[in-house]
Order: sequence, then structure tokens, then C-alpha cells
Amino acid sequence: MLFSPFISKPDSVSAIMFKVLLALIPGIALYVWYFGPAILVSIALASITALGTEALMLKLRNRPIAPFLKDYSALLTAWLLALSIPPLAPWWLVVVGTAFAIAIAKHLYGGLGNNLFNPAMVGYAVLIISFPAQMSHWAAPQGLAVADLNFPQQLEYIFLGILPQGLSLDAITMATPLDTLRTHLHLLEPAAQILNMPIYGHLGGQGSEMVAWGFLFGGLYLIASRIISWHIPVAFLGTLFLIAGFFHLADPRFFAPPLLHWYSGAAMLGAFFILTDPVSSPTTNKGRLIFAAGAALLTYVIRVFGGFPDGVAFATLLMNICTPLIVLYTQPPVFGKKSRTYNSEDRP
Amino acid sequence: MRKLYQFHGGIHPPSNKSQSTRTAIAQAPLPAKLTIPFHQHAGETAKPVVKIGDHVLKGQMIGLPDGFVSSAVHASASGTIAAIDMQLIAHPSGLPNLCATLIPDGKDEWIELNPVADYRSYSPIEFQQALRMAGVVGLGGAAFPSDVKLAIHKQKIKTLILNGAECEPYITCDDMLMRERAEGIVRGAEMLRFMLDANEVLYGIEDNKPEAISALQQAITASGGVIQPNKRHEVVSIPTIYPGGSAKQLIRVLTGLEVPSGKLPTDISVQCFNVATAYTVHRAIDFGEPLLSRIVTITGNVGHAKNYDVLIGTPINELVALSDALPDTDRYIMGGPMMGIPLPAVQVPVVKATNCVIAASKKLFPPPQPVLPCIRCTRCAEVCPADLQPQDLYWFAQSREFGRAQAFSLFDCIECGACSYVCPSHIPLVQYYRFAKSEIRAREHDKQLSDQARERHEYHELRIEREKQEKADKLKAKEKAAQAAKLSSPPPLTPEQQAEQQKLEASRAHILEVVQSTIEQTDEGAVK
Repeated sequence: MLFSPFISKPDSVSAIMFKVLLALIPGIALYVWYFGPAILVSIALASITALGTEALMLKLRNRPIAPFLKDYSALLTAWLLALSIPPLAPWWLVVVGTAFAIAIAKHLYGGLGNNLFNPAMVGYAVLIISFPAQMSHWAAPQGLAVADLNFPQQLEYIFLGILPQGLSLDAITMATPLDTLRTHLHLLEPAAQILNMPIYGHLGGQGSEMVAWGFLFGGLYLIASRIISWHIPVAFLGTLFLIAGFFHLADPRFFAPPLLHWYSGAAMLGAFFILTDPVSSPTTNKGRLIFAAGAALLTYVIRVFGGFPDGVAFATLLMNICTPLIVLYTQPPVFGKKSRTYNSEDRP
Repeated sequence: MRKLYQFHGGIHPPSNKSQSTRTAIAQAPLPAKLTIPFHQHAGETAKPVVKIGDHVLKGQMIGLPDGFVSSAVHASASGTIAAIDMQLIAHPSGLPNLCATLIPDGKDEWIELNPVADYRSYSPIEFQQALRMAGVVGLGGAAFPSDVKLAIHKQKIKTLILNGAECEPYITCDDMLMRERAEGIVRGAEMLRFMLDANEVLYGIEDNKPEAISALQQAITASGGVIQPNKRHEVVSIPTIYPGGSAKQLIRVLTGLEVPSGKLPTDISVQCFNVATAYTVHRAIDFGEPLLSRIVTITGNVGHAKNYDVLIGTPINELVALSDALPDTDRYIMGGPMMGIPLPAVQVPVVKATNCVIAASKKLFPPPQPVLPCIRCTRCAEVCPADLQPQDLYWFAQSREFGRAQAFSLFDCIECGACSYVCPSHIPLVQYYRFAKSEIRAREHDKQLSDQARERHEYHELRIEREKQEKADKLKAKEKAAQAAKLSSPPPLTPEQQAEQQKLEASRAHILEVVQSTIEQTDEGAVK
């Protein structure tokens, strides 16, 4: 320590990432409660893959391994990706997605702090484009499916692809609430009637709306502990609400109410945990508002008019591309360079 | 209550001020040797006016101000000048500087002092000259000559701000001075106000110094005829936040005005002095005493943290010895932990800018943690008091994109260190900005030199070209003159003309011949 300042606040990248992981716990707990423990297997698989790939890439890049493995950033990518894909997905799907996210989307761009895109969302995009079938096998909430698998049966399916005698895949999986809505709207059924189906809960999907509450709760903790600023979640959820509300008011038969958009799919996870990735999102507050509003608009358009089950991942990636430009055009005024008047005449 | 304003950002590091405010200011003993640098202020080095072997009195000028921005330097004690040479001083460069070594004789014989009976009879110019000759410079850290700050202002000054914020951790010299010598501060402040013809004086003091605030308030109330009627002195308690004591941030908090980028406070009708400077002004005018000593906080890894009234030139190791530095002390820092500089050696002298010496140990200031890449978390931008985007400046500085760094207002950075303080990746951000600034300055200097060289070269070429042209012009003129001379004689005939002439002459001769022969024939006939 040769130069000032000689003191620093006790804080670290690891501490920040650790708190984000911590904030995911309520959502994950509710996930387990409503969909069974399979998600924990995905998270574990993704974590092991992420740490292994991270270590390998660091070694190939001649970087010190220990300090970077301890920063928890690879674990966070792993958890976010695992939460974005179906919990009953085959093991290799998780491994391929995570390895791609860490090796290609993170390290080929220069590693921690240099990735242009959110690595977890790149992993997700690769999987949904390459393996759309496996990516659509979402577990039904417990109690809603024809049959519920117990934990050993879930493990058997994830690792060996074997289902219990007499059960088909359709018996344990279900279309997501957003998918169901889209399919039935195409059949010209009124939205209000669709939302009365048992798959829907009070606000979003049965079970998944509770998971969304968990992420909302964790996200509020992140804002309260100043890990993230309020700008991105507020602008994302606000814009999503406004657009969805506008279409819903214009034609309630064909457009679902705005709260459904909040409480289904990856909206809450995206608002607080994905779009807020500091590396790939704007650094200015005004830029964050624009970035998140753009992401909400794209999410809605993809969900309602596009062909993918959810829009958060692609919206995130598309807005990631815009980040440098947004930052450039939203520079806040510097001290002493503000348009504020310097006229001193109004003083004594 | 006065309406206060805020500046963006700021941090709350542990203040660590209580250790050194438990006891009153103590007089540091006269050291065996004083080392007095001739360059203790911003601007030009003072010119030595004493020789080796000279006996000097306490308060005698040994360095004459040299240049507009410069200040005098005095002997802090009576004694003999033992050397005038290059000595190590407290400067970030670690380079030695011209110093006078004074061996005190222990008699403390003062030079004859000339107090000013009524400063109000002084013109601003006379007053400025008095401060310049008394070596009065800003004691807040920058050591800018105070007379110059009274001289330059295009706008009429409305508000004089006395900076008693003292926002850096550990430092308490201004706090203790305000507690103990508030009366003198108010007198000095009123003098400065009078000379600037300002309407009001605001004392900005952070609210973690209640004793200083009440001491100054009492001094103002009890000041009687000191303050000119209908002019106001007001002590303003401001929120404790670093860097609230930085002049531009303090002006913002007290007046709501921002000093425009690249401008001076005087451009918005404000001038700012440190409280200790005001006290020195009072001593210089009311007692005729030049600036010979200052209050220095000795704190950190010491047994007895305390403030001392120290003669300029006192070796810092003697001060440290007074405070019982603990055995695990591994280095010393001049200034605070946020903006201070590590001392190149503990023997360097106290100078006018020395507000604090911190004995540091690994326990007190732990070595930095390993640096990780920037994750653009913008904690630095959140605390930047200049509203900069430190994460972008860091990016540009490390990739040597200096043009872009400048476009992103690098030079508005005040190097307060708040960004480095909060960085979770432990990046020494301020170091990158200092590096980028010095690179840009060096390049601009190089560019200036090369511009000058190019101009010189172009002028040289131009001169050669001009000489050539002149020579050619002369030659042409000569030729022209010669031609003109030729034109005045008849022009020579062309061959055709010559042939024609010969033909003409030949035919003329033939006619003559014919005529003559005819005449001869006629004559012969007639004779016959």
C-alpha cells in the first residue's frame, strides 16, 4: 500500500455475489415446496459444472484459479441458469448449458467483468434453440399432474431418462402457464376463461406464482442491502405492467391481465436477478431505466406475439447489446458542468 | 436554520478523531536542528536571502517570494544557518528540495515585529503585501499563497467561507485550533472579509465537532467591535461526510452553488479560506508574526495521540518520539488516510502543509487485498462527489484511451479516494486517475514542445524560402535593368533585313552605273 487512500471499506466481490445467492434462497425453497426437490439436483449439477469449467478456463488462460473460484460469480451463473430451465431436464442439458455459459459467454469474452452478455441467458438461449423439446418439459406443480414422482424417481429420470412403469412424459410434465395461455388464445378462447383453468393460481401459474413471490422477496432484500439499485426492477416491472395493462384494457378477451405477466415465467427472476447483472447492464441510473423498460417491452412482445415460451432471456440479451450505447448517451452531468444556473445574483 | 444543500456521493469512513482530542494542544519543544524548505507553497520557490554561517533571528526572512504566486519563508527560531542544500522533504515524488538547515541557539531572540495597529487603514494591496512577506499560505493542505487569493477576483465577493469542516479521518488540528483559539480565527476571518469586501462569513464545520462549533459561536458573540456592523459571521454545522471539506463541495453545501468546471470559487462570488489560515492572518497582522509554526496532529499507531504547536522545519521523527510510536509502526503518513502521502523518511521536516502525521502499522492500515476485475457495480459512481463515472475512467485509464478519459471529465476528479475506498474489487482507482492525468499532462507538454519545434522549423523554412525569393527577385531586377539599357540603342538588323538592304544598295549601284555610262556615250558623240 504505497498510495492513498490507505483505508478501504470491508467489502468484496465475493460478499456481493454471496448475498445475491442468499437472496435466491427463498425462491428456491418455494420451488422445492411446489415442484419437488428436482430443482436442487439441477442446481447442484450446474454448480459443479460451472466451477469445473471456470477452473479449466482459468487454467487455460493462465489466470490464478483460487481467487476467481472464490468470487461466487460462476456459482451465480449456474444457479440462474438452473432456475431458468425445466427442473426435470436431463442432466446433460444442464451440463451443456452451464459449460457453454461459463466457457463461451464468460471466459472467451475475457472472464469476470468483461462479458458483454449475461452468461446464464446465453446458456439458456443456446439450449432453447438447440434442444427445444427437452426445454419444454416443465414439471407440473405437485398435485396437478397425473402422477407425482418421488425423489428417487426424479433422479432416475434426470440421469437415466427412465420413467416409472406405465407413466408417460405427459403424465408428469405440463405446459407452462404462459404456453397454455398462448395455445388457448390461438383457439380463440377468451382469456378470462383460460385463466380459470386449474394450472392458474391467483395471479400467475399455480405454484410458480409463489416462486415468483420468493424471488420478489429476495430482490427486495437486494435493494434494501444496496446490492442492486431500484432502477432496473422498478422500470422493468413498471413497464411490463403498463404495456400489459394497456393491451388488457384495450381487449381483455385476448390479452391477459398485467399481474399474470408479473407472476409467470421469469419476470421476477429477471427483474431482480438477471437484468441487474452489473457487468452486462448499464452503469448510469437513467440508462438502467431505459434498459429495463426496453427489456420489458421486448419481453411482452416475445411473450404475446413471438414464438418462444418466455421472452425474458432474449429481451435481456437484446438489451445487453444496447448497453454500451445506452451508457454513452445517458452520462449524468458532472459537478460544475450542470445546466444549473451559476448566477449568484439571487443571493445576499 | 440555514438551508443546506447536498453534493452527490460521499462516504463515512471511521473518523478516528477522538484519540487526538482528549488533551489540549501542546507546545512541541525546540528541536536541535530545523530544516526549512524554500518551497513550502504552491507556486515559485522562495529565493534564499541568507548565506551559510549567517546568524538569523526568529522570524527573520530567509527566503524572498519570487514571482507572483510565491510566498516568503522565515527562520522559525534564532540560530545559525548551517547549510543551504538539497534535502529530502515530504513530497509524493520523494525528490529532494532546496532547504536551509538552521541550528537554533536556544535563545529564541525575535526579530523586531511590526504589528498593524489598524488594518482597516490598509489598502488591499498593502494587506496582500503584508501577508506575502509574512509567508501566509493556506493551511488546509494545498498551501496556496493567501495574498494571491485576495488579489484575483473578477466578481465582487459576496460570501467568505471559512473551512473548518476537517472531513478527513484522524486529523484534528483545525478542530483543536477552533476550540482553543476561536477568537483569533474570528479576528483573522473579519480581516479577510474586510479586504474582500464580502457581505458575510460562513464557518462550515462538520457536526462531529460540537466543541469547535460552540467555541466559534461564543467567539463571534463576544467579538464586540471586531466585526464591522451590518456584516454577519455565522457558524454553520454541516453534516459529517467525506469529502465535505473539499472547497468545491463545501461551497455547494453552504450556498447551493457549484463552482463551474475549470473555474475558481471567485467566479461565483465566493472565496474560501481554512480556519487555521485565518488564525495565521490574525497573528501576521495583529502581532506582525510571520508564519513560523502550525498545529500538527500526531496520531495513529502511537501511545499518546495529540496535537502539537510545531515550528516549521521540525524533524517529524522528534514529534513522533513525543507521542511514543508503537514498535510495530512500519511507516508514516503525512495528511489523512484518504489523501495523505507516505513519508519518504521520518526525518523529513514539518512544513506549512503538514496538518497531520499518522504512524501506520499493518494492523491499522492492512495491506490491500488482491485486485479483482471491475464488475461495473458502480459503487464508485455512487460515492463520487464530482458526479463522475469512475468505472469508465478506470477502463479508459487502463486501456490508455486518454482522449476518452478527458472527454469523460477526468480532470474534474479531485482525487478524494472515495471510489477506491468502496471498490469491492479493491482496485486502486485513484492511482489510475493520477497516472492518466500525469500521462496527459506529459503528452500535452511534449506536444507543446513539438509544436514549438515545428513552429521554429516552419519559420526557418519560411526564412530560407524568403531569402531565396529575395535573391531571385534581385536577379530578375538586374536582368530587367540590363535589358532596359539595351533597348535605348538601335536594334540590330535581321538577316532578311540585311539581305534586303544589300539588294537595295545593289540596285542603286546598278542604276548609278547605267546613268554614268549613258552620260559618257552622249559626251563622246557630242565631242565627235
